[in-house]
Amino acid sequence: MVKRADRTPVGAHYGWQDWLAQRVTAVIMVLFSIVFLGFFMVKGSVSYADWRDLFHAQQFRIFALLFLLSVFYHAWIGIRDVLMDYVKPAGVRLTAEVLALLFLAACSIWSVSILWGN
Amino acid sequence: MPPVPRNPPAAARPKYVDINLLNLPIPGLVSIFHRVTGVVMFLFLIPALLFVLQCTVGSEAGFDRWKSFFSAPLVKIIFLGFVWAYMHHFFAGIRYLLLDVHIGVALAPARLSAKIVMVAGLVATLLIGARIW
Repeated sequence: MVKRADRTPVGAHYGWQDWLAQRVTAVIMVLFSIVFLGFFMVKGSVSYADWRDLFHAQQFRIFALLFLLSVFYHAWIGIRDVLMDYVKPAGVRLTAEVLALLFLAACSIWSVSILWGN
Repeated sequence: MPPVPRNPPAAARPKYVDINLLNLPIPGLVSIFHRVTGVVMFLFLIPALLFVLQCTVGSEAGFDRWKSFFSAPLVKIIFLGFVWAYMHHFFAGIRYLLLDVHIGVALAPARLSAKIVMVAGLVATLLIGARIW
């Protein structure tokens, strides 16, 4: 009886999950980009009241946060790929990865405070 | 039996890296621009946009301050640079999504779609430029 070889190169199957997450987040960003550009096209000239009302609408706040979190997750995978390609010393790469992650985590918290803080 | 010829050790071999972007085929150019625009947006656009959003949503005075700041031609040109980065990344990303589902994988359509991405990024930037000028 022939058994299929387990070709998983590393543990936890993390590779395809990030690959898929990068694509799912991309689709969310495409949708938000279209809606956001549409807002400017419909409004023509955007006043402060338009801008404030847009970001006071709960549905838009949630959509905007989904977009921003998608950006941060997408950016993390992209930056990690770039660091894996070009930064070979493990210590330097780990430091850069930790800094990128901390930066994006801080941006996530900052985004919530911007969207719901005023 | 004659000795088997061996390659020279790796260190002795000449190393040639062609860094002239113009020698890349167009899909390669789309690819490296996708990468560079991604890194540039990570480093500069993410914090800048969050900061502008915080100032403009926070108060009318902040909104007016940024509106007048964005009326300066130099600011508009820099802004359009970031718009191009976003738009190129956007269209190149859609091309990769299509390639992922095996649309346009052969050489000729891949080259054509790469050209479309390059043009679409520039045209979108020009349209937004015309809109803000």
